Amino acid sequence: MQEMIRNKALELLKTGKADRVLAWRRGAFCYDVTPALFTDPEQLQKELVFDLFCAPNLSKSLIAESKKPGKTAVFLKSCDSYSLAQLCKEHRVDREKVYAVGVECHGTCDGESLRAAGITAPLRARAEGETLVVDTLYGEKTVSKQDALLERCRCCKSSRLVDCDEILGRQGEEHDSTRFDEVRRLQAMTARERYDFWQTELSRCIRCNACRNVCPACSCEKCVFDNPASGVENKGAANSFEEQLFHIIRAFHVAGRCTDCGECSRVCPQHIPLHLLNRKLILDANDLYGDYQAGADPDSRPPMMAFSPDDPEPDVIYGRTQP
Amino acid sequence: MQVTTDFKPTIVAFCCNWCSYAGADLSGTNRLQYPANVKIIRIPCSCRMNPTFLLRAFQRGADGVILCGCHPGDCHYTTGNYYARRRMTQLFSLLDFLGIERERTRVEWVSAAEGAKFAQVMNDFVATVTRLGRNRRLEDLRCRK
Amino acid sequence: MQRIGVFVCWCGSNIAATVDVQAVSDALAQEPGVVLSTNYQYMCSQAGQEMIQSAIREHGLTGVVICSCSPRMHEATFRKACQKAGLNPYMVEIANIREQCSWIHKEKATATEKAIALGKAAVAKVHLNAPLTAGQSPVTKRALVIGGGIAGIQTALDIADAGFAVDIVEIQPTIGGNMAQIDKTFPTLDCDACILTPKMVDAAQNDKNHILSYSQVEQVQGFVGNFTVTIRKKARYVDETRCTGCGLCTEKCPQKKVPNEFNLGMDNRRAIYIPFAQAVPKVAVIDPNYCTMLNTGKCGVCSKICTAGAINYHQKDELITRQYGAIVAATGFNPISMEKFDEYAYSQSPDVVTSLEFERLMNAAGPTGGVLLRPSDGQHPHTLVFVQCVGSRCDGGEKGKPYCSKICCMYTAKHAMLTREKYPDTEVYVFYIDVRTPGKNFDEFYRRAVEEYGVHYVKGMVGKVVPENGKLHVQASDLLGGRQLHIDADMVVLAAAIEPDKSARPLATMLTASMDTNDFFTEAHPKLRPVESPTAGVFLSGVCQGPKDIPETVAQAGAAAAKVIGLLTKDHLTCNPCVAHSDEAMCNGCSACEKVCPYGAITYESKPFRAPDRSTVLRRVAQVNPAVCQGCGACTVACPSGAMDLLGFSNQQILAEVDAICK
Repeated sequence: MQEMIRNKALELLKTGKADRVLAWRRGAFCYDVTPALFTDPEQLQKELVFDLFCAPNLSKSLIAESKKPGKTAVFLKSCDSYSLAQLCKEHRVDREKVYAVGVECHGTCDGESLRAAGITAPLRARAEGETLVVDTLYGEKTVSKQDALLERCRCCKSSRLVDCDEILGRQGEEHDSTRFDEVRRLQAMTARERYDFWQTELSRCIRCNACRNVCPACSCEKCVFDNPASGVENKGAANSFEEQLFHIIRAFHVAGRCTDCGECSRVCPQHIPLHLLNRKLILDANDLYGDYQAGADPDSRPPMMAFSPDDPEPDVIYGRTQP
Repeated sequence: MQVTTDFKPTIVAFCCNWCSYAGADLSGTNRLQYPANVKIIRIPCSCRMNPTFLLRAFQRGADGVILCGCHPGDCHYTTGNYYARRRMTQLFSLLDFLGIERERTRVEWVSAAEGAKFAQVMNDFVATVTRLGRNRRLEDLRCRK
Repeated sequence: MQRIGVFVCWCGSNIAATVDVQAVSDALAQEPGVVLSTNYQYMCSQAGQEMIQSAIREHGLTGVVICSCSPRMHEATFRKACQKAGLNPYMVEIANIREQCSWIHKEKATATEKAIALGKAAVAKVHLNAPLTAGQSPVTKRALVIGGGIAGIQTALDIADAGFAVDIVEIQPTIGGNMAQIDKTFPTLDCDACILTPKMVDAAQNDKNHILSYSQVEQVQGFVGNFTVTIRKKARYVDETRCTGCGLCTEKCPQKKVPNEFNLGMDNRRAIYIPFAQAVPKVAVIDPNYCTMLNTGKCGVCSKICTAGAINYHQKDELITRQYGAIVAATGFNPISMEKFDEYAYSQSPDVVTSLEFERLMNAAGPTGGVLLRPSDGQHPHTLVFVQCVGSRCDGGEKGKPYCSKICCMYTAKHAMLTREKYPDTEVYVFYIDVRTPGKNFDEFYRRAVEEYGVHYVKGMVGKVVPENGKLHVQASDLLGGRQLHIDADMVVLAAAIEPDKSARPLATMLTASMDTNDFFTEAHPKLRPVESPTAGVFLSGVCQGPKDIPETVAQAGAAAAKVIGLLTKDHLTCNPCVAHSDEAMCNGCSACEKVCPYGAITYESKPFRAPDRSTVLRRVAQVNPAVCQGCGACTVACPSGAMDLLGFSNQQILAEVDAICK
């Protein structure tokens, strides 16, 4: 696949179909993959990578890239393609200035997810069927792929590539995902238990803003948390309000717009399962207002911008969780 | 409903200008009593209710927040309370998911004619929140002791 | 820092009896920015107002807080008073310490404490108030009436009589609407044509009134006072200015087999036709679906015989764009299709007709020349069965409508009565659920049908109609008699429910006017503003708002006209200054606000912005039209970036109140 992507990227640059290519590049470690912008074919030939570690969602970078003159080619995994579709729907990205190439994806992992599966100091990794073969400093190790993948990939919602100009590999489809299982497990707890769970998780937050900065739905020109006029500004300890409620406000802001790409949890240095807040809102909206997946359909109306006279009253939530 | 305790909760009631604020006025005109802990903030429509307002109230020490608006279908602006209903449903659900006591937040539809209902809703809400006691959880959400 | 004056009102003893007003004014005097805090017996009195005014002048106040009764009571009074003293009226805030404090609390200490808290919240808000100026927008002195039935005609005539230009847009080649097809009207039984056609002529001859027939609204832009409407004038293939309406072409046209919609397809017309004798404008029109010349290029008979040279086979649709100050929707109704009511055998037998078809069969200008004959064999019918509520008052299901169509009870009584009067040898049965006759002389009329004309009213529904040996076998239940009835009828007449015209829904979208689930336009207030739509500048006339009979329609048409006239007499409209406002620097252009705006007040524009690298970038940003925005604030919460805020109720103002209250 990496060869296919490199060749496609070179072709796009050479034929002038794209003025620059947004893809991935490797850093110091094999799992240290970052987004990269290529304009030089030679550099691209050398540096562009695609493998299991290409977890970063490139769609958000297109907000800036699509403002530049000319076209930007981008490679998107299925979850990234949902994000781009949503960004286009919100007029944040000019679709005309993007050449989107969908790539068949079978899940991604990172250093953290490997470590969780018991593998440290990886040097190289390749998938062999359902097994992951990893060369490490301590020799070759094998691990079940399902165990080593990122949480979001283990319960992948869809392999469908949305609104791509071209697809490398096969087009996928939506899956019967288990992504809401954890939300349901928490719902089944008592309120006290849920509170304890979240207190444990959120106390670790260092307000590094990584979740906000990576989130493709958090695409505001100016974030409310940086804006004195919003009344919720202030950094860190100046005002404990933001400290406490940052995650609630953030989840609410992306309600109905979150494509559930899972980047927030992936980048969190403190491993807070932030995606659960978003998934809770998605699950509620699905149950109460009908199934909706942000990014799946350019014409549908998001649940928070629609209503029905027969909507349930807010106390409907009493029936959805343990008190 | 009589609750005998020294604890006097702080309750913020956001009322839409056209129905509920008028309903609150009517309960005053009819001299219907409800506890003085309830302080009303006038907003043009229940759809003006930004979740931030509710969260800010909790953060500054409110023990309960209630939003009152026109009955669904009677909104002065035709559709405002329908949006408010969805927004508050999702917000309350998220707070509940975080383990915040669900009885601290409420939405009630009170028309300009329902002075008695306004007083009754407030009496009931104050009693409920008084029973819950001080709002600690949201404040402590990030402090693992 | 603002210079704030606080004025605490005693309201006689209304406030002062339970609130220690001196303590309140003393406490508020300590608040930051408060330069004066005082109390007085009656702030709203002349003396009280003068006290505020002189304080504004003496202390150079930039903000005023009045602790008094509800702002719903005297906010306007105090704003006006302060304005006279040179203070912007939106720098005044009211703390409601009467309805929401002194009247509901008995204990003085508690009430005083709460009054202080409410006063502090108002002071906190005033600190963030900014002077607001109500904008003005000019009014285009021309009205558009959409629909040329009796509702539209009456509205237009009333507007034109007041001296304002008005255009009627009618989708059909003639105005007149459903009323033109009716034979006689209840409860007076006067000839319908005799009362409608003179009005149609008036409409045509009034020089303030302009009829755009065979035309349709394509696009509506703008807002109250300033609508820009694009109207498609469909090609008639006949030059309206030349055609004399002589009708020769409609006699000579060789294409004779076109179902005549005016008689509901019960007879035929030609491909070139004038809808009916009194049509306005009385101009022929070519039906492009049937015209041989237009379809094959061979014929041209009408063109050859037209002495006026009015025929133009190359005519094209024309787009007209005009400015209007007000728009009236008068799109009317149609009877619902009887397709889904197979039990009444409507599609199986031509002798099962709808009431409107029956109307044409009784009409002297109808297909039978006014002689009641069975459509199947042209014989005189002896037994007639009328079925009420066909498709009205159906609960649930796809089949009918949940509402009462309101007019059917009366016109059925009329039909039954007229039948018995003209043909005393007939037996007439009416099956009903309820007979509803609220209206002047309505019940008397219905009783006459029963008592004087011997119409058999049977409470119960018809279960089935079966065509059998040239008869219609009617099975029905007689609920009062507790028995099943079997009637061999010659004709069955169905009182079909009425529904809003299909053009209403797309029109509502263009007008951003709201509709109920049945596609009737909703009124701004069901009791107090029944002829206005919630969208400013859009008014409602006739059945498009809900089922009604002719006198009610005419009354509403006049009321809508009065509202339009009231609007058009103004040169400028003063806008509510408490409207949404978007900070362009923060706007994402995501359209969230636009989607939740009930008024269509938000549009988008690409504007140049300077990027950090000093280049210029075009960005899509929201623009609020302050003349259209009503200030609900739905957009402010939908906006993810917080770019959208509401003047007078800004995020910071409300948060300041929250902070003050929760302290």
